[in-house]
Amino acid sequence: MIHFLLKRVGHSIFVLLAVAFLSFLIFQFVGDPVASMVGQDTTTVERERLRSELGLDRPILIQFADFVARTVSGDLGVSYRDGHRVSELIAQRLPATLELAAVAAMFALGIGIPMGIYCGIHPDSSLSRAFQAISLLGVSLPPFVIGIMLIFLFGVTWRLLPTFGRGEVVDLGFWQTGLLTSSGLKSLIMPALTLGLFQMTLIMRLVRAGMIEVLGTDFIKFARARGLGNLQIYFRHGLKNTLVPVITVVGLQLGSLIAFSIIVETVFQWPGLGLLFIRSVQFSDIPVMSAYLLFVGVVFVTINLVVDMLYLAVDPRLRTMS
Amino acid sequence: MRNTLLRRTVAAAAFGVFFGQVLAGPAAAQTFRWAFQGENITMDPHSTTEYTTVGFLSNIYEGLVRRDRNMKIEPALAQEWQLVSPTVWRFKLREGVKFHDGSPFTADDVIFSYERSLKDGSDVKPRIQSIKEIRKIGDHEIELETHAPNPILLSELADWFILSRAWSEANNAQAPADVRKGGENAATQRANGTGPFKLTQRQRDEKTVLSANEGWWDKPEFNIKEAVFLPVSNNATRVAALLSGNVDMIYPVPSQDIPRLEQATDFELLRGPESRVVFLSFDVARDELLHSSVKGKNPFKDHRVRQAFYHAVDVEAIKSRIMRGASFPTGTLIAPSVTGYDERLGARLPFDLDKAKALMAEAGYGEGFTLTMDCPNDRYVNDEAICQAVAAMLARINVKVELLAQTRSLFFKKVLSRDTSFYLHAWATSTNDGHNILYDLLNTPTPKTGTWNLGGYSNPKVDELTTLISAEMDIPKRNELLFQAFDTVRNDYAHVPLHQQMLVWAKRKNVDVHQRPDDRLELRFTRVK
Repeated sequence: MIHFLLKRVGHSIFVLLAVAFLSFLIFQFVGDPVASMVGQDTTTVERERLRSELGLDRPILIQFADFVARTVSGDLGVSYRDGHRVSELIAQRLPATLELAAVAAMFALGIGIPMGIYCGIHPDSSLSRAFQAISLLGVSLPPFVIGIMLIFLFGVTWRLLPTFGRGEVVDLGFWQTGLLTSSGLKSLIMPALTLGLFQMTLIMRLVRAGMIEVLGTDFIKFARARGLGNLQIYFRHGLKNTLVPVITVVGLQLGSLIAFSIIVETVFQWPGLGLLFIRSVQFSDIPVMSAYLLFVGVVFVTINLVVDMLYLAVDPRLRTMS
Repeated sequence: MRNTLLRRTVAAAAFGVFFGQVLAGPAAAQTFRWAFQGENITMDPHSTTEYTTVGFLSNIYEGLVRRDRNMKIEPALAQEWQLVSPTVWRFKLREGVKFHDGSPFTADDVIFSYERSLKDGSDVKPRIQSIKEIRKIGDHEIELETHAPNPILLSELADWFILSRAWSEANNAQAPADVRKGGENAATQRANGTGPFKLTQRQRDEKTVLSANEGWWDKPEFNIKEAVFLPVSNNATRVAALLSGNVDMIYPVPSQDIPRLEQATDFELLRGPESRVVFLSFDVARDELLHSSVKGKNPFKDHRVRQAFYHAVDVEAIKSRIMRGASFPTGTLIAPSVTGYDERLGARLPFDLDKAKALMAEAGYGEGFTLTMDCPNDRYVNDEAICQAVAAMLARINVKVELLAQTRSLFFKKVLSRDTSFYLHAWATSTNDGHNILYDLLNTPTPKTGTWNLGGYSNPKVDELTTLISAEMDIPKRNELLFQAFDTVRNDYAHVPLHQQMLVWAKRKNVDVHQRPDDRLELRFTRVK
């Protein structure tokens, strides 16, 4: 068990270094931060001075080594755009993104699993067909289209919900939350729906397919023959056996909810990490971009690690193998 | 605010009954909310010259002078001034002015701001580079000496803002934040100016809240008590924010939404020419172009080829098809609202394909050549579409253009390293004076001048005139020199001016805002009815 964990952590560090290096290479092609940092009247001499004092004229490998050394010592540097500490910037933005992702995930799980179960048990009912149709929309429409549609219906036409932003937030000292004010909650509805819709449909389809498959197997027939009740068959034997693939996918999808909320955050001007990243790209703000990509790497690596652990917990066969 | 909006709309009245309770915030009388596509970089007025940030900060901070509705210089923190000798100015400072924290404004603050603006991390050095020294005469009088006579000193000072010495020292913000030295200080997040509005709340990338400064020295034309700035980068989201009543005004308005907003009854569009001029230009310096099929020589060194390109561009077609009418074609790089403009400069060479072909043939390029064109795709209005159109137009004189349109940071990196043969660019002056255009854009590139002269255009006559203009204190004479300089540039055809962009703002009918040609919203002219 310990051996397994250590091996996993070793892999993770390697992955993170690779991510950092790749992103560093990419930054050679994102443009010149100095051009966005200074005003148009700044002379060429001043520009060059700034570039060399920032160390941007050094070879890429040296810049990378410097970045890794500083990151390991806990220093993510300062943003070229506004001089803020990158670690603070990320800490400030994290709550917005995590709250959005958490609500979207709750929505996706809370609706997706029951819908999937229903469709799995009654594959031919008309309600199932309706669910299927909805899920087709969720899978096929890109999030920005869904977002804009929601904005025009609930924001512009009916004026029920705010069209952008996060509403009023309450500062808890370490965490700014929008979950405690009515405007914060209302602002959360449309972005969370948009972000969670795809995951919801995915989960629904996975659960449905899993249920149909499991319910057709012999051991379910035997269970019926034993005279077990429907509830016990569906949930104790059916659902539990469909969960392994669902956990994998949900885990990975949760990571992508956090990491790739960029589009939804842009459409709703949601002040989270995705918006921060987009801004940084436009500005060629290399320290923020590297830190963000590293953060995304950490999120995925951690989630994968946790998912692997969960497998062990859910599936006894894996335990004996290791 | 939301509450008033609900009342205004019959269709929404029913919702008002149900949601009025929830939507009505605290009685927010005369709050003005506006959304812009970007966020202000910093609150430190010496850290940046980015034009929207400077425009925003002009509501909080003030300079010795400011611009009125028509861009004319008028007194602000300096009550009056006189030129003692060609290089010495004496400013009488306004008495009784207080910073937002209540401390009085004096000559010390001006001198402190000057010293602060010279430090590392300051981006406003170009604005004060002509100043040799500022001397204190009395608490409310200073003498300012320039290195050489500087006729546009006042224009340069209009956006140079004064910070409180006491406040900056107490908050450890004696120097502008410098990313090289690890970051921010008190002045990047907070502000203490003398202007009509105080900064009350700043949540970066979410909102910035200003409140009216009751103790402002000037008689307010505005009637708003609070102003909320909201950065909304996505075009559709920004328009939706206006239509849904979440904000009172937005800018810029994306061109595809102009017809729709024209028809909306509750909203109004404000339109006007921007002082930015969009143009095409060539590498006229190298002996062989970097990105072209012509080897061993540079076709753009031939006057006729450049003129042929000019004749081949149908700017009216660009205006009607691409800009949807929202542009003002021009024949010069200086906009009419900028000092030095002359009507004689405005005429363009006519669109004349036959003449263009004849000129190309005469120059020996009747068969044409291939050429790479550099173009940003997210910097100017419809920039990439304009470049595509230009490429198609040039195809008719057998020039095969390979278009390289990319995001602004990549575009500027490439063209600023002079790695271009033919490009689209646009320029707006920071001083509202033609000298800035000549100095930065049209002078022979040296470490100081011609920073943005990306094609290496060089005409000694223009350089010489620029030097004269920079020191000519006699206004009519200076204007004549400016005319000569721009006329010389025009006749060299090293640039093909296209048009001025149109500024398009949209607002609710019940607010009054003033649109300045430099795309700046000044809250001191803003009223909510």
